[in-house]
Amino acid sequence: MTELTALTLAEARDGLRKRAFSAAELADAHIVAIEQARALNAYVLETPDTARAMAKNADARLKAGDARPLEGLPLGIKDLFATKDVRTTACSRILDNFVPTYESTVTTQLWRDGAVMLGKLNNDEFAMGSSNETSCFGPVVNPWRRTRTRVNPSSALQEGASRVDPTCDGSNTPLVPGGSSGGSAVAVAALLCLGATATDTGGSIRQPATFTGTVGIKPTYGRCSRWGIVAFASSLDQAGPITRTVRDAAILLRSMAGHDPKDSTSVDRAVPDYEAALGKPVKGMTIGIPNEYRLDGMAPEIDALWKQGVAWLKDAGANIVDVSLPHTKYALPAYYIVAPAEASSNLARYDGVRYGLRSPGRDVIGMYEKTRAEGFGAEVRRRVMIGTYVLSAGYYDAYYLRAQKVRTLIKRDFEECFAKGVDAILTPATPTDAFGIGEKAGASPIEMYLNDVFTVTVNMAGLPGIAVPAGLSADGLPLGLQLIGRPFDEETLFTLGAALEQAAGRFKAERWW
Amino acid sequence: MSVDAATVRRIAHLARIAVADDEIAHLQGELNAILAFVEQLSEVITDGIEPMTSVIPMEMKKREDKVTDGGISEDVLRNAPAREGNYFLVPKVVE
Repeated sequence: MTELTALTLAEARDGLRKRAFSAAELADAHIVAIEQARALNAYVLETPDTARAMAKNADARLKAGDARPLEGLPLGIKDLFATKDVRTTACSRILDNFVPTYESTVTTQLWRDGAVMLGKLNNDEFAMGSSNETSCFGPVVNPWRRTRTRVNPSSALQEGASRVDPTCDGSNTPLVPGGSSGGSAVAVAALLCLGATATDTGGSIRQPATFTGTVGIKPTYGRCSRWGIVAFASSLDQAGPITRTVRDAAILLRSMAGHDPKDSTSVDRAVPDYEAALGKPVKGMTIGIPNEYRLDGMAPEIDALWKQGVAWLKDAGANIVDVSLPHTKYALPAYYIVAPAEASSNLARYDGVRYGLRSPGRDVIGMYEKTRAEGFGAEVRRRVMIGTYVLSAGYYDAYYLRAQKVRTLIKRDFEECFAKGVDAILTPATPTDAFGIGEKAGASPIEMYLNDVFTVTVNMAGLPGIAVPAGLSADGLPLGLQLIGRPFDEETLFTLGAALEQAAGRFKAERWW
Repeated sequence: MSVDAATVRRIAHLARIAVADDEIAHLQGELNAILAFVEQLSEVITDGIEPMTSVIPMEMKKREDKVTDGGISEDVLRNAPAREGNYFLVPKVVE
């Protein structure tokens, strides 16, 4: 029998129902795998006792023939989701040993459907980062390592892992998994859970999924409740799953999504059976290719991957059309006004009074200032300050208001494109493959921000986007493609994502840890 | 637009983040790099464009004005760094 941790979520679900193994065995296999993978630093809190108790309950339901949709399936939870009686930190010192007395809506729904919690996953502090290096628990290590290849990038892309010779001299430089959901992506890629929750404000699901060869979907804004998720930028934040296959993402999203009266921006519309969208015909669908995503100086292997994606969808019967999204280049600068502005407001609550860290000061203002200086890491301090500046008297119109107008234009670009009958837009997911831990430490913050150049437009317009692994770089690292859909049309993304997955195959990291 | 050292100090104070003197120059450089990056938005023509207020058009939901929660003071105080009885304790605010 295949190792239990190597099963997909769908395979494990079916295996549990056939009683091929028990939920307890499945949980135990993961608990052991997590213990052996601590070098990756994916989990910031392991909850084996909770997992075993939940698995025991699941086994009873399975035995009684009363299984719920996710019965007995072990998941990892990004540490941005509040979990009742389980420490939740957003990987920031400022939350210290915060133990919520409530459960986020998304995780509540996962437990309602029978899932098992393995623990809390590392992320960039307050989800601010693209490499998981800003976490107060330290960086997460990507299970993928560079292998020197003897083939040129374009043929490596077509052949996937088979053309990469692992016996070649590789580089053992530890690589970042991307961020902010780096722990989620690594836990899934390294077989430390069957699927993980994640959040995406500018690319935080899709970029780490791409860097680790996993699947990640950011649903339409409003699809998942944000209640109980530590807030970063409220008009952009959305929860979504990271999984090993498109089918698994469809299964998890169905449980995560849905209306919640506690989040006034969550949308009251039925959640479809996303899994049913897999295998639907691609024939006749229209796929837009936006010229503006062809960046100056873009790595030839990214362009080659994109062309390959186009060819795969064409082979599957899709019509390919060129589209224009003229305001694309302004999405990232507008994001770096809107997101810090909202963050500076959201993070005002961390003042050392009601929860989290408190550093004593001369007076109450001194206490606030010292608490926030010691509790926030460098990237968070920087963003809070930028946000404070762009919202301050005299600058609001020049920065924030202008950025929100640009956002309207970005959204309009997409609307015009979809109005012409385009079903989805295909782009590369990231401009590069994974980079080394510490490699960008000396660079300007802007260089790190550029990681999200292809993903951030989707958040600015509130649209759904899925990242699917599609090939390997010349260094043997995963690369991905992104599909962008119409609002609330996640089903089309699952249909097309599954078609790409079928053509590209799956990509697995060799275990070395 | 760019910020000088005095502005960095003012922003830090507005943001309620203590900044040491030897951090100012570095922060100033970083903030100016970000401000220079977002400067490209000034080339976009935004005349007559409505600023975005909601990515997904939705009506504001209203609910009946009634108490739906409460009586959980222990929960609210559970993570307090300092408390006395049912109060959060803070340094002296009023002399």
